[in-house]
Amino acid sequence: MSTPLKQIHLAAHFPGVNNTTVWSDPDSGSHIDFDSFVHFAETAERAKFDFLFLAEGLRLREQAGEIYDLDVVGRPDTFTVLAALAGVTTHVGLTGTINSTFNEPYEVARQFASLDHLSAGRAAWNVVTSWDAFTGENFRRGGFLPREQRYARAKEFLATAHELFDSWHGDEIAADPDSGTFLRTARAGAFAHHGEQFDIQGRFNVPRSPQGRPVIFQAGDSEEGREFAAAEADAIFSRHDTLEAGQAFYRDVKGRLARHGRTPDQLLILPAATFALADTDAEARELAHGIRLKQVSGQTALRHLEHVWNTDLSGYDPEGPLPDIDPVPGEHTLAQGRSTTRHHRDPREIARELRERAEAKNLSIRELVIDITARQTFIGSAETIAATINDLVQRDAADGFILAPHVSPGGLDTFAAQVVPLLQERGVFRDEYEGTTLREHLGLAHPDA
Amino acid sequence: MSDTPPLHLAVALDGAGWHPAAWREQGARPGELFTARYWVDLVREAEAGLLDFATFEDALSLQSSRLEGPDDRTDQVRGRLDAVLTAARVAPLTRHLGLVPTAVVTHTEPFHLSKAIATLDHVSKGRAGVRVRISARPQEYGHFGRRTLAPLTLGELQSPEGQSIVSALFDEAADHVEVLRRLWDSWEDDAEIRDAATGRFVDRDKLHYIDFEGPHFAVKGPSITPRPPQGQPLVTSLAHQTIPYRLVARSADVGYVTPRSAEDARAIVEEIRTERAAAGRADEPLHVFGDLVVLVDEEEGRAAERLAALDALAGEPCASDAEIFAGTPAALADLLTDWQAAGLTGFRLRPAVLGHDLRGITRGLVPELQRRGAFRTAYTATTLRGHLGLDAHPANRYATA
Ligand SMILES: Cc1cc2nc3c(=O)[nH]c(=O)nc-3n(C[C@@H](O)[C@H](O)[C@H](O)COP(=O)(O)O)c2cc1C
Repeated sequence: MSTPLKQIHLAAHFPGVNNTTVWSDPDSGSHIDFDSFVHFAETAERAKFDFLFLAEGLRLREQAGEIYDLDVVGRPDTFTVLAALAGVTTHVGLTGTINSTFNEPYEVARQFASLDHLSAGRAAWNVVTSWDAFTGENFRRGGFLPREQRYARAKEFLATAHELFDSWHGDEIAADPDSGTFLRTARAGAFAHHGEQFDIQGRFNVPRSPQGRPVIFQAGDSEEGREFAAAEADAIFSRHDTLEAGQAFYRDVKGRLARHGRTPDQLLILPAATFALADTDAEARELAHGIRLKQVSGQTALRHLEHVWNTDLSGYDPEGPLPDIDPVPGEHTLAQGRSTTRHHRDPREIARELRERAEAKNLSIRELVIDITARQTFIGSAETIAATINDLVQRDAADGFILAPHVSPGGLDTFAAQVVPLLQERGVFRDEYEGTTLREHLGLAHPDA
Repeated sequence: MSDTPPLHLAVALDGAGWHPAAWREQGARPGELFTARYWVDLVREAEAGLLDFATFEDALSLQSSRLEGPDDRTDQVRGRLDAVLTAARVAPLTRHLGLVPTAVVTHTEPFHLSKAIATLDHVSKGRAGVRVRISARPQEYGHFGRRTLAPLTLGELQSPEGQSIVSALFDEAADHVEVLRRLWDSWEDDAEIRDAATGRFVDRDKLHYIDFEGPHFAVKGPSITPRPPQGQPLVTSLAHQTIPYRLVARSADVGYVTPRSAEDARAIVEEIRTERAAAGRADEPLHVFGDLVVLVDEEEGRAAERLAALDALAGEPCASDAEIFAGTPAALADLLTDWQAAGLTGFRLRPAVLGHDLRGITRGLVPELQRRGAFRTAYTATTLRGHLGLDAHPANRYATA
């Protein structure tokens, strides 16, 4: 063999607030009880996954001025769940999504540094930048950020957090009872950051943590988001899970690294992925179809189109053709708290694309929404799925995947039991954890190295 | 059995202990203060002693002997982990002990804190509380940069201007607690319906906007996190004088106070009960706990010797906002029952040296109190509210039915 096989990274995304989750499935348990998180984390750790991933939302989603009730609603606090999970696991990484708009660097830095200590080096931070006024109504700053400033704040937030992490070098604590020296230096944790977004100074109060800094993830697909990732992140949580789209994204983002003085192995591309796994490919296709129908009811489909149309579509027949009216332009007020409505592309253009797609494939409203939202990344027997994952990774469409099963908490169990061993047999996934920290699992250097 | 209500006991965990030289005593494990194992061992010891709960100290600045700023000392413990995360880390490894982290409410978001404590309650299956504290340290303002506070000396803090600053901070803290409590109620217990027939996961009529508006912040709600198992996790707060007593009276389930004598305790309890009545909450249960720094040894005179040795190591006598007790378990039991008779319903003991005096409490004091019929011999409840004899699941303010 000429080039050695790439090693695959796998992570587990706790299923939550989105229409991927089939909460009506009889096997679907609580998304809040800690036992669900324990089950999920134990499965991921047994399968030697790199890490566990939690998304975040800071306001219940609304549509037409009412709380959206068709998907799972509610989630626990990210830091608290991850810290508790650190107590019942030993190796699996703990990645938390934490927003940079509705937080302050001193507080978030000390939470992540604490999590890294309490997990002995397994913490990661997915920095997201949702900025909308709707979410802002739950916060002290009240306000929100102009959209153009979301990454300016995120960038400076992260830079400031790094200054705080770096304010302790790791050799400060002597803790020598005989000489009475607890600290070797009087100025441990001293920092000063004077910038556009933050003007703060003082003493950071958490000593340097095992990983030095938590691993940094980015999830956001805009030009600014990709640049931010290329400059700052250790890994990207992306949406591009097919061969062509994945390769294009992979090339684009890895191609940006050199400009920031970085090499391609310093940024991992990890798309979100879903799956339908069964004994045979045919059964898996059938299973996938059944899951899609459960993920997208007629109601869900209409509600989904309203994100684009920005107007009440409840009068339409979900089994019929797409609305012939144009979307309502301007400020999106109908569906709030969803990232899809934050993209700010011209809705008329999106509507035109959707209509073309529906006409070309002869799809009803519900079929169209199934087509665009409820697509499993991997469908097939364990053999087929293992081969597909490996192929995508070896062909540089990704460095691995963040898997979100459609039922919680047991939806990962069969994948772990059936697909992982096949990847191990191929020599593309670890049999045992080689290290104990998340940086080690991801093959990332320690910042002090 | 006597008819005095049972005594409640909590332990306050902080660094190596509450004596500044604690980290230098044998068994202190000063090199492990930032490891999970250290905290797990402490809470397991507290749980073996059947204590009601443990508190975890916290602050948004480096420890300092000065109010105005860092003291640049190298001979004392400096640095600490986030208290909410520490409490969460130990939660799955304990089963009964209540877990009460400290949170600074002056610079943080009530929305975040509310979901964090609700989640601590979920992960501990009903054992969460919070101790709220304000920040009057100028250096903490500098860590956030959103507002300013001129450097204050302790003397200035006692002046009329100082008191009006403090008063405003405590009013803001009361608002913060009000938001926590409303958010905990913003989901009714049975809001999640999973009604496959109508496709609805929740009954949105059982989710409530809290629409809080105050001078410092406004919060819309509802919470992102469903109502915690206890409904209302425990809210606690430390108070040394009238303004903070008022916060205890208005907002808390447990107040920690620092009397110097039984008489002092009686006066404080009376003042707080009067404030409680003025806040219209006279009928709602309120625990007033006495805080004490303790050194406990079976052998007569040993604790005092240890205190003297620790003071010598520190280079000065230990000073504390709370009374310092050094003596035998029997003498401590005498003091506690005496102060209990003055109206305190429990105590939060601050071990001078965690590696030693926590065991003095769990293996010395607790058996002594049990012999006197003054303390439980087994946990009789599984939740923190249950240990404290509070309504196990308080009614939801928004529920109409
Ligand atoms: C795969 C993926 C997952 C995301 N997950 C979250 C999330 O859990 N919470 C959140 O607030 N935003 C999430 N976002 C959106 C935000 O990352 C993003 O900060 C924001 O919408 C602006 O990014 P953009 O304009 O660069 O896309 C996610 C985005 C992607 C692509």
